[in-house]
Amino acid sequence: MVSAAEGSSILPLTLRGVGYSVAGRVLLDAVDLEIGPEGRTLILGANGAGKSLLLRLCHGLLQPGAGSIRWSDGPTRAGDPRHAMVFQRPILLRRSARANILHALAMIGLPAAERRQRAEETLARFGLGALAERPARVLSGGEQQRLAMARAWSLKPQVLFLDEPTSALDPAGTRAVEEMIAAFAEGGTKIVMTTHDLAQARRLADEVVFLHQGRLAERTGAAEFFDMPASAPARSFLKGELPW
Amino acid sequence: MSESNPFVAAWLLIASGDPTLAGIVALSLRVTLSALAISLVIGLPCGAFLAMSRFPGRGLLVIGCNALMGLPPVVAGLAIYLLLSRSGPLGPLGLLFTPSAMVMAQTVLILPIVLSLSRQVVEDLWEEYEEQLRSLGCSGARAIPTLLWDGRFSLITAILAGFGRASAEVGAVLIVGGNIAGHTRTITTAIALETAKGELALALGLGIILLGLTLILNGGAYLMGQYARRSAGQPW
Amino acid sequence: MVRKVAAVSLFLAVVALGASAQAQSEAGPITVASTTSTEQSGLFGAILPRFRARTGIEVKVIAQGTGQALETGRRGDSDVVFVHDPASEERFVAEGFGVRRHEVMYNDFVLIGPKADPAGVRGMTDVAAALARIAARGARFASRGDESGTHKAELRLWQAAGVDVRQTGGAWYRETGSGMGPTLNVASAGDAYTLADRGTWLSFRNRGELEILLAGDRRLLNQYGVILVHPARHPHVRARQGQAFIDWLVSPEGQKAIADFRIGGEQLFFPNAKESAS
Repeated sequence: MVSAAEGSSILPLTLRGVGYSVAGRVLLDAVDLEIGPEGRTLILGANGAGKSLLLRLCHGLLQPGAGSIRWSDGPTRAGDPRHAMVFQRPILLRRSARANILHALAMIGLPAAERRQRAEETLARFGLGALAERPARVLSGGEQQRLAMARAWSLKPQVLFLDEPTSALDPAGTRAVEEMIAAFAEGGTKIVMTTHDLAQARRLADEVVFLHQGRLAERTGAAEFFDMPASAPARSFLKGELPW
Repeated sequence: MSESNPFVAAWLLIASGDPTLAGIVALSLRVTLSALAISLVIGLPCGAFLAMSRFPGRGLLVIGCNALMGLPPVVAGLAIYLLLSRSGPLGPLGLLFTPSAMVMAQTVLILPIVLSLSRQVVEDLWEEYEEQLRSLGCSGARAIPTLLWDGRFSLITAILAGFGRASAEVGAVLIVGGNIAGHTRTITTAIALETAKGELALALGLGIILLGLTLILNGGAYLMGQYARRSAGQPW
Repeated sequence: MVRKVAAVSLFLAVVALGASAQAQSEAGPITVASTTSTEQSGLFGAILPRFRARTGIEVKVIAQGTGQALETGRRGDSDVVFVHDPASEERFVAEGFGVRRHEVMYNDFVLIGPKADPAGVRGMTDVAAALARIAARGARFASRGDESGTHKAELRLWQAAGVDVRQTGGAWYRETGSGMGPTLNVASAGDAYTLADRGTWLSFRNRGELEILLAGDRRLLNQYGVILVHPARHPHVRARQGQAFIDWLVSPEGQKAIADFRIGGEQLFFPNAKESAS
């Protein structure tokens, strides 16, 4: 269903010496990283480590001050429908749930008839059919985030960036979003996600990218990371967070 | 008509079904709505563009538009008069003392209002939407329709403000229209004329009719907005 | 959706513009720049239908002060001027803006003032002496101050009275800078004297305490003239239709139409065209 198989893969995503600073303050420094098609990549780190910033740079919403970020076929840019992003706070348009999805589909240039069909398909796929006519902005927080996820899903991206998608949600909402993440992954969409919920990270991660003070501290398989992290910052991060 | 009570005068005017009055009201609406339509077609996208773009001199442009909201109608009228006069640059068009000239003058008056208010509305929306819209590939000119549509409830205010300024205005339409009976006489220029004739009750009666029209239009816009807002679940 | 709305608005705007541009075609009406006194008194409303019935030509009247009306003609924005200041009219023709001046009719100016008559001019027959007394008493006087025919006539009368209103004019002499009607409104509100044309006065409804205090002085004659804007100066002028209007005004039929116009049984304008051609 999801289009990872359609066309050639844009992965891997390659970051070379990526740096970003604002007003002289270095927020990211010399990040070298290659994100391949396999598994779910979780970006972890303390607040201010640069997790969200890294996602925005990868998605092309921001331009790096130094270095390069490239897909297999060229530099990244926002608006490329092959990679989508869902934000911590869902940003929905002031129109119905269905119209939000239709708008996104219009933006990727889908013909009108196909738009309607895919929107219905998407709403049905995630049990949002009953909400289709409701104004998006009066949905509950959980419903709004599910709609934002569904909107991203309707675009059939090869890669989905998720910036702390459940941090504002209750446990039920969190579970629903995690189920949707699983659906993306099953469809072949590569998941790149930040979270500060370690339990969630354990549930979802196949590999972990750990940032510390704007630098890449380590990048390890999930099992290994949670059992015996290689870097000192990751060890203290896990220790500090574990009582939770 | 020498009725001394303006409310009675207004009622008598309406009740008489006077075709002259109907013509005056129709012309007023036609001129003002045309000017409004032109201002919206130009002002909304330009306002949105101004809201989303950053370029040198943008601040000056914003200040200029805001200042033009206070442009005295007489000045706008005089400028259009000199432009359209047979001795002016657009003289050969022969548009002076026609409804078209009045539409132009009112457009000059309300375009800055539509432009400035829509810029404000879109700027706020763009701040909220920018990341999401750029992520969806909806940026630059492609974002303008999205932003205008999502700002529709606030933009109604801009539209009503524009309508109000145009329909209440007399200085500009008097100069460029000439207040010609049956051709360019609007409600406001008729009020000026009746005042000059000392027919104060009749003048006020016409004023009451104008106010009534404005009330109906505003009421309609309000109800429409309420309905649309409810169905769009707008909190504001 | 927004695109649809925009498209519809644009369409409507084009239709509106187109419809009004249509009225501009060659067979269209002629434009006459005239004075507030003729338009506001209702004269045109009474005589134009007769002219139209005779010739099929529609006349659009723009009511301005004489000064502004002549300026409108100078700029080529009207086909005919119909005003009341012979000196300015002669200059208009001499400068080549007008073809020829035709006298059409006259009425008279009247000195209006509050019934209480603080300057005591009631019963006087010499308008210059009356004005001199108003100035001497410092009684309030409302002047048009708008370069109109009435304003110019008023200034000539002050000159005859030996009063220089620019010098001696203090708080008592006020220029309204507006038409006859607004000036009468000011006079009515402030119990001031003013000079008005009889036509506007007769049709004026907000008189309050005002009434005619002096009339009949020969110097109060108010002569109207009509001039075709020169087609050599402004080629777009509808000379044929404009001349037809002038010919009709000075014809017996036009003259009779003017004489027939009355308010409350009172005749406002007195035809006195020299040529009774046609």
